[in-house]
Amino acid sequence: MADETDDYGIETRAIHAGARPDATTGARSTPIYQTTAYVFEDIDHAASLFNLQTFGYIYSRLTNPTVAVLEERIASLEDGSAAVAAASGHAAQFLAFFSLLEPGDEFVSSRNLYGGSITQFGLSFKRLGWTCHFVDPGKAENFAAAITPKCKAIFIEGLANPGGVIVDIEAVAEVARAHAIPLIVDNTLATPYLCRPFEWGADIIIHSATKFIGGHGNSLGGLVVESGKFDWFASGKFPGLTEPDPAYHGLTFAETFGDFGYSMKTRAVALRDFGPSLSPQNAYLLLQGVETLPLRMARHCDNALAVANYLEAHPKVDWVSYAGLKSSPYKALAEKYTPRGPGAVFTFGLSGGYDAGVRLVEACELFSHLANVGDTRSLILHPASTTHRQLSDEQREACGATPDVVRLSVGIETIGDIIADLDQALEKV
Amino acid sequence: MTGHDHYPAALLRGILRRCKTIAMVGASPNWVRPSNFAMKYLQLKGYRIIPVNPARAGGEILGERVYGSLADIPGPFSMVDIYRHAEAAGEITDQAISLAADKGIEVVWMQLGVRNDAAAARAEAAGLTAVMNRCPKIEYGRFSGELGWSGINTGIISARRYSVI
Repeated sequence: MADETDDYGIETRAIHAGARPDATTGARSTPIYQTTAYVFEDIDHAASLFNLQTFGYIYSRLTNPTVAVLEERIASLEDGSAAVAAASGHAAQFLAFFSLLEPGDEFVSSRNLYGGSITQFGLSFKRLGWTCHFVDPGKAENFAAAITPKCKAIFIEGLANPGGVIVDIEAVAEVARAHAIPLIVDNTLATPYLCRPFEWGADIIIHSATKFIGGHGNSLGGLVVESGKFDWFASGKFPGLTEPDPAYHGLTFAETFGDFGYSMKTRAVALRDFGPSLSPQNAYLLLQGVETLPLRMARHCDNALAVANYLEAHPKVDWVSYAGLKSSPYKALAEKYTPRGPGAVFTFGLSGGYDAGVRLVEACELFSHLANVGDTRSLILHPASTTHRQLSDEQREACGATPDVVRLSVGIETIGDIIADLDQALEKV
Repeated sequence: MTGHDHYPAALLRGILRRCKTIAMVGASPNWVRPSNFAMKYLQLKGYRIIPVNPARAGGEILGERVYGSLADIPGPFSMVDIYRHAEAAGEITDQAISLAADKGIEVVWMQLGVRNDAAAARAEAAGLTAVMNRCPKIEYGRFSGELGWSGINTGIISARRYSVI
């Protein structure tokens, strides 16, 4: 069938999924629906919308036509059943857990995470009564050993920040399945072009679309994507999805909405009640960016490998942690999970330690010194003095952000220019 | 492989275009039940939904008279939409097969989560089309594009404007 996305390649879907021409005007580019609310046809239509009996728009905190195109686009790219957008990746992460956890519940997470996620899980979630058990993601058994009867999910970054580490998604998914709990994979650094977590058994995918999906460093945004394959009824652990929900007039989300019940609950309860919605303007910019995701990721990976090879041969560099290098202990996992290349964010260590790291970032001309990744531009950061400074020494050590570490997000500029900039900066270290 | 894990878009779209009068077995007057959701939505889209529910026979759901069984429905209807568990779906399918010629029934459709492969095989042997574990509301929303309004993956790619399914 020509009208089913199963038959289209990822490059086609990156451009077209979710975005048919505007029904009224025929506008080909997705219009920016810059509106807060939508007129009801009559009282009955309004009631049907509020009851979720009919599809339609009420208020842009819940749904917006521009945002909806981005949601369907990413759901399609991940081969999921549905997606819910949020104002940031962090907001998406919060929404994803809010639909799963009650006060007193727990989950297990890889300790190799973006520093902000370690803080969100370890400190802010604790104030909601949610306990996170952090484990070394190097062995799937570590996750199994940490699971308690109150655990409702496992969380990992597949390609982990600040870089170079790849988690064995399939093995961790087996642990989750054995305990009848969902595996949540943050696929931000890999993107659906490089890694397909649902094919390896993940149940929910989180994105900070701010990074490679948008790709141009101009808009925050996040998404929660549902595989549609998790059996919420099997364990009895998810009454919020399988029993009448007092937050929605006694509606049973997983029964009524089937393979997108989790997404409907996330939207109709978590997004409705906490409100971290994505703006239509940002959704438009992220859509513009994602159209070229396959092209950009291919170039990001080529450039990252060239930079990693250059750094590995440099006398002032002690080590390079890029899963695409032959020397990487993650090379085999990279070939399995990211066959087109393990992304463009990675770390390396300077023999000069903390001070050398600070001097290097300050000596760069082309690399931008900032706390973001996944931009067309090459970015550089010294985690110990910035993103990871609020962590303890032990936490920094555990998540690969020791004082000597420099993180790069290699952009898509001319590769000779990228290497020349690092070369001149390393001379000043 | 029974052929019921995946349905071609053209098959489901064709059913929803053709079958405009639908008997809904297990229709509930309770507005939070999935059957009520689907009935309300399909009515808005121009379908006539005839509720079948023995416990409510003679009453009304969403303005339509409720019948006690498929055989009690006076006029023709081209689809039977089953909101009952899989075992009950078997019996209802057999009733639909026996009434097919008389009522003009072409399709037996079982709701999300309901699957009875033996019943579907009997329906197909009798010349009917069987659909299982799908919701007609959701499928209508997929083809009309409305499903995508809530970020759901419709699975449809097209450079043409949406039309009514």
